[in-house]
Amino acid sequence: MSTLGTTGPGTSGATAVGASSTGTSTGTLSQAGSRMTSLGGFDPAAPLLQVSDLNVRFPTEDGSVHAVRGVDYALRSGEVLGIVGESGSGKSVTSLAVMGLLPQSARVTGSVKYRGQELLGQSDRSMSRVRGKGVSMIFQDPMTSLDPVYKIGYQIEETLRSHDKSLSSKAAEARAVDLLELVGIPSAKDRVRSYPHEFSGGMRQRVVIAIAMANQPEVIIADEPTTALDVTVQAQIMEVLQTALQETGAAMVLITHDLGVVAGIADRVLVMYAGRPVELGSVEDIYYEPRMPYTLGLLGSLPRVDSTNRERLTPIQGSPPSMVNMPPGCPFAPRCPLHIAECDADEPPLVQVGPAHNAACIRTDEVARAHGRAAEIFNETADDAVLSASALPADLATGDGAREATAPGTPPPSQTEAGAGRSDTGSVVSTANTAPTTGTTNGDRA
Amino acid sequence: MSAPTTERTGGGAVQRGEPILTVRGLEKHFPIKGGGLIKRTVGAVRAVDGVDLDLYPGEVLGLVGESGCGKSTTGRAILNLQPATAGSVVFQGREVVGLSRKQMRPLRRDIQLVFQDPYASLNPRLPVFDIVAEPMIIHGLAKDDTQLRAKVRQLVETVGLNPEHTNRYPAEFSGGQRQRIGIARALALQPKVLVLDEPVSALDVSIQAGVINLLEDLKNELGLSYLFIAHDLSVVRHISDRIAVMYLGRIIEIAERDELFSRPAHPYTQALLSAIPLPDPRRERARQRIIITGDVPSPANPPSGCRFRTRCQKFANVLTEGEREVCMTVDPKLEERGTGHLNACHYAETTSVL
Repeated sequence: MSTLGTTGPGTSGATAVGASSTGTSTGTLSQAGSRMTSLGGFDPAAPLLQVSDLNVRFPTEDGSVHAVRGVDYALRSGEVLGIVGESGSGKSVTSLAVMGLLPQSARVTGSVKYRGQELLGQSDRSMSRVRGKGVSMIFQDPMTSLDPVYKIGYQIEETLRSHDKSLSSKAAEARAVDLLELVGIPSAKDRVRSYPHEFSGGMRQRVVIAIAMANQPEVIIADEPTTALDVTVQAQIMEVLQTALQETGAAMVLITHDLGVVAGIADRVLVMYAGRPVELGSVEDIYYEPRMPYTLGLLGSLPRVDSTNRERLTPIQGSPPSMVNMPPGCPFAPRCPLHIAECDADEPPLVQVGPAHNAACIRTDEVARAHGRAAEIFNETADDAVLSASALPADLATGDGAREATAPGTPPPSQTEAGAGRSDTGSVVSTANTAPTTGTTNGDRA
Repeated sequence: MSAPTTERTGGGAVQRGEPILTVRGLEKHFPIKGGGLIKRTVGAVRAVDGVDLDLYPGEVLGLVGESGCGKSTTGRAILNLQPATAGSVVFQGREVVGLSRKQMRPLRRDIQLVFQDPYASLNPRLPVFDIVAEPMIIHGLAKDDTQLRAKVRQLVETVGLNPEHTNRYPAEFSGGQRQRIGIARALALQPKVLVLDEPVSALDVSIQAGVINLLEDLKNELGLSYLFIAHDLSVVRHISDRIAVMYLGRIIEIAERDELFSRPAHPYTQALLSAIPLPDPRRERARQRIIITGDVPSPANPPSGCRFRTRCQKFANVLTEGEREVCMTVDPKLEERGTGHLNACHYAETTSVL
């Protein structure tokens, strides 16, 4: 534990998580620790993955869709960073950009450094040496992320041998069996010769995790790894992910829309809205003392399975903005209950509001007073008292900043809400296609 | 707790008048056709395999379970959209099973369905006005065009949308707005019962909350009853009065909302509740999780005796050889087993998992 402590606060947090939530032996943990300190020639206190001012634009007929607008984060050894946000917030596009997996048409600027080495602009060939070995990825849909025509054993061995040419096929197969056992696939010796269709969704996701951890990567990016799965299977897969982290000592970026999943595993949380980080802090900061109204609103929208009182939920009014031709000012302002005139002047930068806690809002002090209770700030507006006739017609025409706005200029943003994960790229583009090119009642709504 | 809720006691035993909807022994089997030139039926997927339910006026009954447990099929069989293989569905004193489409039509005025996917359930080529007006035209509920317009306008306002926008097409609305359109259409005939099949699972959380609040308001204002089908137990807990848990085509536990969440008795319900991640880091990390192993068995060939025994932690780790024998041979009925509500486990014991 003491060696871990020197690698930074994130690391010790990760250890505590692993120990408390799964009760694993300290044996695996110290193994992870020794691996971390063995990163030769690399300062263990420096971030493993450093993303700075990352911007991603997709050209479309209606103009450039600015899907990711200046994302900065640093991932330290052994920590788990949760990235949360709704469909179209740019969380998946960010990770695809890090992996160099975006389509050719995407324009990516900024910097992504893995162990000090710039990844942006590298050829596909040299990226292939990093992918899987340095940084590996777990995708949302285990039904499509495995190749249906190859046996799963072959797919694992391929990953192993593409990074270690000297590995014999016999050794690769033995390692594949080990990996499958590690991720909890029963009778792994026989199952290596199975095809993906012979596995259930949960079992396939285990195979995907086995592939992701095959080469002992230092960073695992998991993009909605449990979204396609049932809740009991999700619990199994989260356990497997914990195992994978302990075995490899890897740091993880966990992208999800599920605030419950993040609460259980993350050390730090990054909240994204409209392509930008709007709040970054420790998991406790984010859940108990959020400073950005959007974070607070998200927490208030969640029905709680552990609460006996039936408080009304506090939905966030309106919908996320279109990513084409965004107006100046805070992108959350049209939906924000604390909105004031200054919010429309400039987009607020991410400012420090506490130790290792940043929020992009000019009214963080007001948000702080709510102490995580959304109802303090998010009052239900006339919109939700749907049947009180008096509230209805008057404010309809103006929009009033309430209501899931059908105001032109705020086009339907979420064409693919269900497929929040990998399809984000597509959804951003398709959103753009439906976006009217002109017209903004946005101004008077704001 | 409101007055009507307190009148009810122990799980299924309800004393609040006659149920508006009674389901007994409902079965829906899908035939499996064999190969060869002449297709013979070689088996059946027993999607719904003996479901009993009562829905009381003004009540929200949650029906939860994981993918493939038969909850959606149950909803469709109740509405006679997929004719039941066996069993009885009595709606307002009238037997529904076996009715033809024509005979069903008058009943449909009183029982309507809201679909899961607001992208697939609205005709993309019809403006919202036509979508909402269609049921009223079919049932001849509007005398003339003026009346129809007034009714559509009122419905669209009721669900919190701008009536100015009814000439737009579904593609111009966001997911949450589309789901509101689907709800407006379902309400057009002033039904007494709504069957809601995963009405919010396609929506982002911030949008979902608005639709849930809308459904609560509508229920209270219009005195509706809901059969609320969902896999998300947090949503179900929020909106339901009673909750039925399904596994492999059967209801395995049914109880009052708080009773189910604070004192679940069936090992599957316990595992299901303990698997839900809480959006609260300290509590989430302090929890002890019951992880069930393996996958749901095929509904074409369910296990003998208790259907959950193949994944049951209690069966695997706690029970003696003799007790297991009972699980393997005796099919547990859904009944009161000293736990205060109905469940289908031979060795039911209440415990707290949240």
